[in-house]
Amino acid sequence: MKTIKTGIGRRSFIKSVSLAGGGLVIGFNWMACKRAVEAENKNVALEMPEEWFELNGYLKVGDNGVVTIYSPNPEIGQNVKTSMPMIVAEELDVDWKNVVVEQAPLNTDVFSRQLAGGSQSIRQGWETLRMAGATARQMLLMAAADQLQVPIEELSVEKGIISHKNSDKSIGFGEVAAAASKLEVPEEVQLKDKKDFSIIGTSRKNVDAKKIVTGKPLYGLDTYEDGMLIAMIVQPPAFGKRLKSFDAESIKDMPGIVDVVELETFKEDYKRSAFDIDAFDKLVVVVGKSTWEVMNAKKALKVEWEESPDIIHDMEIFGREMTVNHPKGLENTDGHKKMMEQIASKGTKIEVVREDGSPKKAFKNAAKTVERSYYAPFLAHNCMEPMNFFADVTDEKATLIGPIQTPEFMERSVSERLGMPKEKIDIQMTRMGGGFGRRLYGHFVTEAAALSQKLKAPVKLVYTREDDMAFGTYRPSYHVHYKAALDENNNLVGFHVRAGGIPESPLFSNRFPAGAVDNYLAESWTIDSNITTGAFRAPRSNFIAGAEQSFLDEVAEAAGKDPIDFRLDLLKKAKENPVGEKNDYEPERYAGVLELVRKRSNWDTGSTGKNRGVAAYYCHNSYVAHVLDLSLKNEGVSIENVYCAIDCGIVVNPDAATNMAEGGSIDGIGSAMYGEISFDKGVPQQNNFDNYRMIRHSEAPKNIDVAFVQNDTDPTGMGEPPFPPVMGALANALYKATGKRFYSQPFIKELNEYNENKVLKS
Amino acid sequence: MAAFKININGKTETVDVDPQTPLLWVLRDHLKLVGTKYGCGIAQCGACTVHLNGSAVRSCQLPISAVQENQVTTIEGLSENGDHPVQQAWLEVDVPQCGYCQAGQIMTASALLKENPNPNDEDIETAMNGNICRCGTYTRIKAAIKTAASKTQSA
Repeated sequence: MKTIKTGIGRRSFIKSVSLAGGGLVIGFNWMACKRAVEAENKNVALEMPEEWFELNGYLKVGDNGVVTIYSPNPEIGQNVKTSMPMIVAEELDVDWKNVVVEQAPLNTDVFSRQLAGGSQSIRQGWETLRMAGATARQMLLMAAADQLQVPIEELSVEKGIISHKNSDKSIGFGEVAAAASKLEVPEEVQLKDKKDFSIIGTSRKNVDAKKIVTGKPLYGLDTYEDGMLIAMIVQPPAFGKRLKSFDAESIKDMPGIVDVVELETFKEDYKRSAFDIDAFDKLVVVVGKSTWEVMNAKKALKVEWEESPDIIHDMEIFGREMTVNHPKGLENTDGHKKMMEQIASKGTKIEVVREDGSPKKAFKNAAKTVERSYYAPFLAHNCMEPMNFFADVTDEKATLIGPIQTPEFMERSVSERLGMPKEKIDIQMTRMGGGFGRRLYGHFVTEAAALSQKLKAPVKLVYTREDDMAFGTYRPSYHVHYKAALDENNNLVGFHVRAGGIPESPLFSNRFPAGAVDNYLAESWTIDSNITTGAFRAPRSNFIAGAEQSFLDEVAEAAGKDPIDFRLDLLKKAKENPVGEKNDYEPERYAGVLELVRKRSNWDTGSTGKNRGVAAYYCHNSYVAHVLDLSLKNEGVSIENVYCAIDCGIVVNPDAATNMAEGGSIDGIGSAMYGEISFDKGVPQQNNFDNYRMIRHSEAPKNIDVAFVQNDTDPTGMGEPPFPPVMGALANALYKATGKRFYSQPFIKELNEYNENKVLKS
Repeated sequence: MAAFKININGKTETVDVDPQTPLLWVLRDHLKLVGTKYGCGIAQCGACTVHLNGSAVRSCQLPISAVQENQVTTIEGLSENGDHPVQQAWLEVDVPQCGYCQAGQIMTASALLKENPNPNDEDIETAMNGNICRCGTYTRIKAAIKTAASKTQSA
């Protein structure tokens, strides 16, 4: 058992906060009247208690023993709304059947880091969530000891029932909840031994599943309030353009149209944070009574655009002052590619980030060298629920409801935009129809808030699919050039990575194979653009993993070694005799997932006759390896098997984590195979699912095998890590099937070329 | 604007809207049946799938004026207590991640099973190919459809 202090930096454990009538109670009451009575999460209607008693900000216990646990972080499909409360329930020792889960609103008095990003919800919430459960459990025990008149040491808890060891006395949580809620919060509590976990590590169903499959309102777009108006944006048709003028009269008489206004997302002198990205400084917003009417008017609006000048934003990114340049001009994908290739080959404007040994000498003396370049285009996140937000702003308060990954950041953005103190801003989080990083950037929250303030009316701002896909905030476009040197014994003795992108570099200079090669050089470059970009599931890793793992495959082949053995040899060196001190991975755990995937895929004896590729990668504190089998079919590919081995420490909810890994693998295959946003004169050439190709049912793997390394390390990232490496496994399997290496995403284009050449030859 | 009488989930509803208004927006904006989702507006993603006389159709491309006497079923009306075999199978397999597309997936799947109670992998892929799941729950959807098929067979 582990004893921990409950107080440190955790305002949620100061009872006076949770019992005083502050933001907490108001927030929770709203949730309570709206959802608590439904209690549908186990498909069993729980009888609701007559009275609830809050023991701390994370939970309340009803007089009948039913426990409500508030899930603090935004739910984007990564299952935290189930798995975070599971951690609280574990330490509380409540029967999961008697738990009702509710989404907490933004409440910085109680919770810290209410954010969906970086695969950190479970990892960073781990100790706090356990503490919340353990503290409440301790208070219930204290109350029970008092009520039963026995020493607290003689009490034990199982599934919400407190029993006395030396007699047959027992008492339920509900019977002592009132007394427990009046107690002081203990200064120290004990956490369970991990071997005693009975909820963590067991699969529990998604708490919202019943609502999802019956179509209950859950998402931001499902928000309908009395008197609410619908608003839609009209944005410049190209990056590098801006609003010149518009003719409101051209649509004002159309049915259902209430107003047409010009709107700035941010005030001009506002210092933006990392998540305040907007593609265009001004938008036109059409406001009306119904979605269809606004959609029609939006299409009919007469607008003139003009070329935008250079735009410079001073930003404060996690405490660091930065200047972001968006140079003027209308950009093209062909131009982007040329610029990238030029920088990569000429080596000008390049920053050396890490250098070990003497790479120059190693390449000069090499017996063999391998040199390759890789490219990936911009990608759109394409959350199935398009961007939207509800806002009701009055002089007294701002009520904001909708899908947002960064509510705390947006509270500041909205406060600055409205000129309203944060205390008056209430942000309520809805379940999100996908996040993938797109909803870290809540320009639509400030837009909705500013619009409601301007119109003095409740309004739901809705992006159409086309608005959403053409608005930017894309995954950047990347390029990397690799060079490897082998000695006469086919040992990797030199490695050179030169990585860059528009507008950021995908380089992680301290990740594998850094540390495993004596002579190592990592370089970085960037190109500014007026096309806006943002974090996309596993930022930077979502390109560099596939490229690196594809390149290593080619190097292993040149060295005449099995691709898994080749990697394991390097990891052995990194473990036993590491080069440099800043290496950002544990070689043993890295090797662990390769060993596991080798076993699961029956690599050593079952690979014959298969078009099979392997890849492994470390990101978000977790390790993932993939093996993928495919065959060529009707000019396309049929993915037969994907084996995915993961080391993310303790797996809180195994079946949900498996679901996540299956989805990450499919997303990775889809993005690398088909995904692309390209540009012609600044105009995105894809704006809906008829021209942006998404992976579909028939293109998904027939079988996905997910396995976890079993250990009791505290949990690490899970949402992002299964996404990047599968792209490398895919590229390597494509090589096996075609005899041709794949260097440029989306791979479908290279596959089409391959098929055309085959036809020409035959 | 014109008044339309339509049959939705066994009830007759009257709405006064532009005849071109897609059924999707009548359901969501006017009848507050929000289980049917907006995803693309051009019948490419399947999030808005409903049944028209038992067949799966994309409600974003169906003008209200074309609905006429036909019976519309939405996810809210697929079963009374959320216990249609397909819904049950979805819960059993714990399919959803974000969940946004799942109502559309369920409506397409239930229409498929009505027509073909024992579909093979290829039948499932063909029928479901118009429904995008951005989270990538395709393998679970396939497993759930098979589960539902076996439930229906044994029932």
